Amino acid sequence: MVSSSSSWSQALVQISPYTFAAIGIALSIGVSVLGAAWGIYITGSSLIGAAIKAPRITSKNLISVIFCEAVAIYGVIVAIILQTKLESVPSSKMYDPESLRAGYAIFASGIIVGFANLVCGLCVGIIGSSCALSDAQNSSLFVKILVIEIFGSALGLFGVIVGIIMSAQATWPSGA
Amino acid sequence: MYGFEALTFNVHGGYLEAIVRGYHSGLLTAADYNNLCQCETLDDIKMHLSATEYGSYLQNEPSPLHTTTIVEKCTLKLVDEYKHMLTQATEPLSTFLEYITYGHMIDNVVLIVTGTLHERDVQELLEKCHPLGMFDSIATLAVAQNMRELYRLVLVDTPLAPYFSECITSEDLDDMNIEIMRNTLYKAYLEDFYRFCQKLGGATAEIMSDLLAFEADRRAVNISINSIGTELTRDDRRKLYSNFGLLYPYGHEELAVCEDIDQVRAAMEKYPPYQSIFTKLSYGESQMLDKAFYEEEVKRLCLAFEQQFHYGVFFAYMRLREQEIRNLMWISECVAQNQKSRVHDSVVFIF
Repeated sequence: MVSSSSSWSQALVQISPYTFAAIGIALSIGVSVLGAAWGIYITGSSLIGAAIKAPRITSKNLISVIFCEAVAIYGVIVAIILQTKLESVPSSKMYDPESLRAGYAIFASGIIVGFANLVCGLCVGIIGSSCALSDAQNSSLFVKILVIEIFGSALGLFGVIVGIIMSAQATWPSGA
Repeated sequence: MYGFEALTFNVHGGYLEAIVRGYHSGLLTAADYNNLCQCETLDDIKMHLSATEYGSYLQNEPSPLHTTTIVEKCTLKLVDEYKHMLTQATEPLSTFLEYITYGHMIDNVVLIVTGTLHERDVQELLEKCHPLGMFDSIATLAVAQNMRELYRLVLVDTPLAPYFSECITSEDLDDMNIEIMRNTLYKAYLEDFYRFCQKLGGATAEIMSDLLAFEADRRAVNISINSIGTELTRDDRRKLYSNFGLLYPYGHEELAVCEDIDQVRAAMEKYPPYQSIFTKLSYGESQMLDKAFYEEEVKRLCLAFEQQFHYGVFFAYMRLREQEIRNLMWISECVAQNQKSRVHDSVVFIF
């Protein structure tokens, strides 16, 4: 372990890699669910108001809510995958570079997935709200705006893919 | 922050915005107006209107109908929708919705004071007041003799109180002073509303500034034209113009010294948005000016619905509905008086 002159970098490398990994797992599920919930309330409030004048829009526009919900499911899946990557290492090897690398990889994977899902949930929620309002006025617009939502929900998928790739190479040093 | 309203607007305003957009889709279309313009009697109008959103309000009216009944029931629908929205609104939307009705309050106050001056019965006047502008102590306005009493007895408890600071004088109320009072109050109200919208910020501030600026400029032009040939001095006229809008301050200086309509036209043609209005009128004609202004206003109000997540849609909806009621009143009057050739003179299509 290279000791550098900055006391911050010395402090950071003293933090246990388990901490980083656990925070990563927490972020991946917590922030994804934040994004999903935010998107659902944005869509839901507009959908309820618009459905008073145009009740036919309710069943079709639940797709927007489902897209937002999918974002939360991505977060859960990645969190479960990440927690299976968390292994114990003997305390002599706790601060080996390999172990730090594994801890940081899981942390980064959690951040990637969490924040990608946060903005994806927001994006799908805002588009879903506009979709409900325009569908209430002109039903031919629904399918066209749905295409925009599909592109938006692909953002969450990108985050999940990169997150899983990051965490795949998180190998802890074997105990010996 | 402008551009990020979408993240938090729906917490408090999402439901009501969706409701007001639903109301907006229920406004009469050009096809409806064409049907109405071809009616022969008021009963035909009632039959056509029963197929639209106004159906439940008009169906219990006995024949023969009067035009005032039609207008009254249509206004009742507007008031019901407004109250429905106001009861569900939270701050700051509820304050915003209340601001929309202060203009009607001012008109009601002036109506009662003028009517009392001409010795009309208070009950009769109360029936003519606009329902959106009613407040509790409105009947006691008939007692006041001059503006100071008006303020002290009645208006200090209403939301109009802060607008009175500029026009409290001890002069007695007569026709001229009442008009000046109305315009001074309206000027203070517009400026207050403008400041409130600026404080809200974001898309609401931008869209409402445009709508209120047009309103202020339109009132400036109307004040100029109506005070040509009266004893209102130039300084008094300038004091009635609001201190915002496209015409402020240089346009106001030019308008204040105008002595006839052609000078007003020359002053306004320097401003491109208003130039297009004035080129529609031939020289010396001012009857079509009102309609030209209404058309421009409707165009701007419809544009407010293009953007989501702001309060301008509420203001725009109320104004569009009022325009629709004006259209219905004009059509009903033309039909009742058998002057159907003039029906298209003053109907402004919204859709």
